Amino acid sequence: MTTETQNYDALVGRQYRHGFVTDIESDTLPPGLDEDVVRFISRKKKEPEFLTEWRLRALRHWLTMREPSWAHVRIKPIDYQAISYYSAPKSKADAPKSLAEVDPKLLATYDKLGVPLHERARLAGVAVDAVFDSVSVATTFKQRLADAGVIFGSFSEAVQNHPELIEQYLGTVVPHTDNFFAALNSAVFTDGSFVYVPQGVRCPMELSTYFRINAANTGQFERTLIIAEAGSHVSYLEGCTAPMRDENQLHAAVVELVALDDAQIKYSTVQNWYPGDENGVGGIYNFVTKRGECRGRNSKISWTQVETGSAITWKYPSCVLRGDNSVGEFYSVATATNYQQADTGTKMIHIGANTKSTIVSKGISAGHGQNAYRGLVKILPSAHGARNFTQCDSLLLGGDCGAHTFPYVEVKNPDATIEHEASTSKISDDQLFYCLQRGISQEDAVNMIVSGFCKTVFKELPMEFAVEAQALLAVTLEGAVG
Amino acid sequence: MSALLEVKDLVVTVGPRKILNGLSLSIDAGSVHAIMGPNGSGKSTLGYALAGRPGYEITGGSVLYRGEDLLALPAEERARAGLFLGFQYPVEIPGVNNVYLLKAAINAARKAKGLPEVDAFEFLQLVRAKMKLMQMDEAFLSRGVNEGFSGGEKKRNEILQMLVLEPTLAVLDETDSGLDIDALKVVARGVNTLRSEHRAVLLITHYQRLLDHIVPDHVHVLARGRIVKSGDRSLALELERRGYDWVLEAA
Repeated sequence: MTTETQNYDALVGRQYRHGFVTDIESDTLPPGLDEDVVRFISRKKKEPEFLTEWRLRALRHWLTMREPSWAHVRIKPIDYQAISYYSAPKSKADAPKSLAEVDPKLLATYDKLGVPLHERARLAGVAVDAVFDSVSVATTFKQRLADAGVIFGSFSEAVQNHPELIEQYLGTVVPHTDNFFAALNSAVFTDGSFVYVPQGVRCPMELSTYFRINAANTGQFERTLIIAEAGSHVSYLEGCTAPMRDENQLHAAVVELVALDDAQIKYSTVQNWYPGDENGVGGIYNFVTKRGECRGRNSKISWTQVETGSAITWKYPSCVLRGDNSVGEFYSVATATNYQQADTGTKMIHIGANTKSTIVSKGISAGHGQNAYRGLVKILPSAHGARNFTQCDSLLLGGDCGAHTFPYVEVKNPDATIEHEASTSKISDDQLFYCLQRGISQEDAVNMIVSGFCKTVFKELPMEFAVEAQALLAVTLEGAVG
Repeated sequence: MSALLEVKDLVVTVGPRKILNGLSLSIDAGSVHAIMGPNGSGKSTLGYALAGRPGYEITGGSVLYRGEDLLALPAEERARAGLFLGFQYPVEIPGVNNVYLLKAAINAARKAKGLPEVDAFEFLQLVRAKMKLMQMDEAFLSRGVNEGFSGGEKKRNEILQMLVLEPTLAVLDETDSGLDIDALKVVARGVNTLRSEHRAVLLITHYQRLLDHIVPDHVHVLARGRIVKSGDRSLALELERRGYDWVLEAA
């Protein structure tokens, strides 16, 4: 403990030794993290006092914490003082000047995924100033939302325009003290998304980060808050099936969802960050805290995720089922190929009476990939008649990969019903030969079998996303067998 | 005219064991052949070897299909060239629709021939008509491939696939096993509708009763890895009466 304290003292003291002074006019901070850095970020973003204070409380708490070590992942130590916590939109000097300078492998992937040409440059980080069609699309889109009374925009905008909503809800689902990465995010987040759906409103369209102008450069510490008032309904899509170029290795996002009486939130994610190369070099560390609270009666929160990217994924989208009769769902497909490591799952916390949760997790491991499902189902004494159904399936492709399942169940109410099903299977030679004998190529056969395995999750995704997710999976597992 | 399939002195090894040992067989277009034989004589191995199953190593002999070297082709290309194997134990592929698999199969063959993909509507019409013939329920289309099927349903599904794919050479491995008499008749009717002067069928079976419904032109006895006796329909009846021993002793 003493050593630890000394270490933190050393960290805290470091800025002075380096003699670094925060300069509000500068656009990029040198590496390092202390209270000045947090104040700098908050000032840069012209934030109200309560938010600055909240960030500082988070930082102070974070300094007392240690990185969690319980996940089933191998990770090199991260030097948090070596990261720059604020940089203005990246200098275009280093970016590729045109698609001709972009890694041909990346372009081939876009091709296979059918990414529209005008999108490729943006995704690959090409320094172009052209205004895409999506901007005008987004404008019409914003008008329709405004007519319905839905607020949808960047977190920073919301802080300026609706500070009362931020103050009321921020940190009420994922407190600034929640865990190491959530505390770090709370201190230094730079932007993210904000959604507010007023009472009784059914959001007229799927909300997608794709349509959020300035979606790029939200940085590595993203913060999202979605509030669904009583009787409202919203479906939110996060991410993109096309791989994105990003220089930040560490990503620690926080997503908070609040559903009031009879409200429904459906949150779908396709995560395809750079996974590192086939030798396991490089790749994003994706340490995310996602949690939704069914605060009202009869409310429902549904998480659907397709996780194919990142070198390390550490992510447990969870539901706190506080309202009576509320429903939580988690549908997940996670793949780990090459040297990827995924430790993902969910927590379902049953507090209200007759609360219901469903967990369907499909893990696919190939190459040297390691895939772990980690889940907690907790039934508190107040949760009379609570029910949970969990299904955890793992599919192995090849002999060097692994699948691990860590289900935790805590039941403190005797009339709860818990069901758990688990399976681990391999794509069998019989299945492959059967398909070959019908004239189907080995690659198509593997894709078909894997899609079949993931079907119960894919059908939870919005239609278009489901088609893309299927294509993405095919590209991800290319050459994984045979 | 040369035979549709010409197997000469075929030797097949699985792991350390030599299963087929100099098997020869000639099948003309338009004919139905039945291969009978005791357990472990290598009947299923013949089907797998013709279809190109990995692990079934050809260590001798040759196979010409439509005058070309069949053994030079990988399994999927043999299938696209019109060779169909009806499996003795069809495997389950959970979550993959029957109709999806069928469509992928038919399109793979069309693509190989340089044809465009099948029209979705026409395809469904075709499948429905064949399902009616096989007395299969509509709900079957959206079920997973063989997922939770009874033994009889799996066999019907094999024949349905065969009818949709319209192979030139169909090798049916114990398609009759596990079928009650009504199901056997349905399966036999399916196979009979496929008979034509352009196609051939190779039935692998234990029992004569299938041959009451699908009448073969030639019957062969496979034992110890080779054809030991050939004849017409009456050979099957004699085998049923007398068993295999007399053939084996004579061979």
